[in-house]
Amino acid sequence: MTRPLPGRDEDPDRLYTVTRGRSRPPEHAFDLVTLIVTEQEPVPGMQSEHARILTLCATPTAVVELAAELGLPVSVVKILLGDLLEAGRITARHPRFAPSKARLPDLDTLKQVLHGLQRL
Amino acid sequence: MVSNGSDTLAPAGRAPLSSTAANGLKIVVVGGFGVGKTTLVGSVSEIRPLNTEETMTRAGEGVDDLTGVRGKRSTTVAFDFGRITLGAENVLYLFGAPGQERFWFLWDRLFSGALGAVVLVDTRRLEESWYAIDRLEHHGTPFVVARNNFGPPEHTLAEVRAALDLGDHVPLVECDARDRESSKQVLIELVRHLHRMAEAEASGEDTP
Repeated sequence: MTRPLPGRDEDPDRLYTVTRGRSRPPEHAFDLVTLIVTEQEPVPGMQSEHARILTLCATPTAVVELAAELGLPVSVVKILLGDLLEAGRITARHPRFAPSKARLPDLDTLKQVLHGLQRL
Repeated sequence: MVSNGSDTLAPAGRAPLSSTAANGLKIVVVGGFGVGKTTLVGSVSEIRPLNTEETMTRAGEGVDDLTGVRGKRSTTVAFDFGRITLGAENVLYLFGAPGQERFWFLWDRLFSGALGAVVLVDTRRLEESWYAIDRLEHHGTPFVVARNNFGPPEHTLAEVRAALDLGDHVPLVECDARDRESSKQVLIELVRHLHRMAEAEASGEDTP
């Protein structure tokens, strides 16, 4: 059906190495659907996962798509993205609808979504 | 993972978003095993559904020890997702989420900010949906219920509504998850429901 689940049989040591032992995503946590855009090309000697993210995000790419493409758990990808954001190598386009502010998105957004779906 | 020579440059089957894409939106499709979540996501998605996973400890405080993946303290849940580009800026992600108990530990972390949810039900196993409906109500996530028809339905929608103890304000529709148009109508039903709720809220009415 779908390809094998990424990370399911992942060696925990590999995940530990990828994140250099860190286990918590940074405070300004990324959402699953935050779109990541590369600002600086990968450079030689960079950690391979970082370089891979920069390559994938030449066009906006959601955090969850990165996790699927890299075969890493979402939380591990967020840690890697935190590094890249701090270094100014990526920018993050966060979702505009913040559930802490309102229970429902604004009417404008809902209309755009409705029209978008109707056009499919 | 597909592995070919050009994998690092342009992974096979990847469909890049437009450079103007700026606003990610989420809708979650919840349902029991085998009810057709992946089928529904796949029938409307512009990409082949992808699969990924999230890991966390039972304590609910993030992954506090990745080495604990070895032990029993962490919970791993897998979910699949698809994508629909809705215009220059909006991109809708559809997530297929299993309704089982352990999944709800991750709900806030993964799906806070979801526009809403579709509860996909199979009339032969309605009891599998009770828990999901209860949890969505608890989280305050608006939802619609869609019955996926695997054959001639044995129950009327009114019977399903009664069996699920659904309030009159919750839309209940039929669908064929294999059919793109039918799956699309389920999503439209959800967004219309959200729109009605938002309008009522804007006019100061209490929504149920």
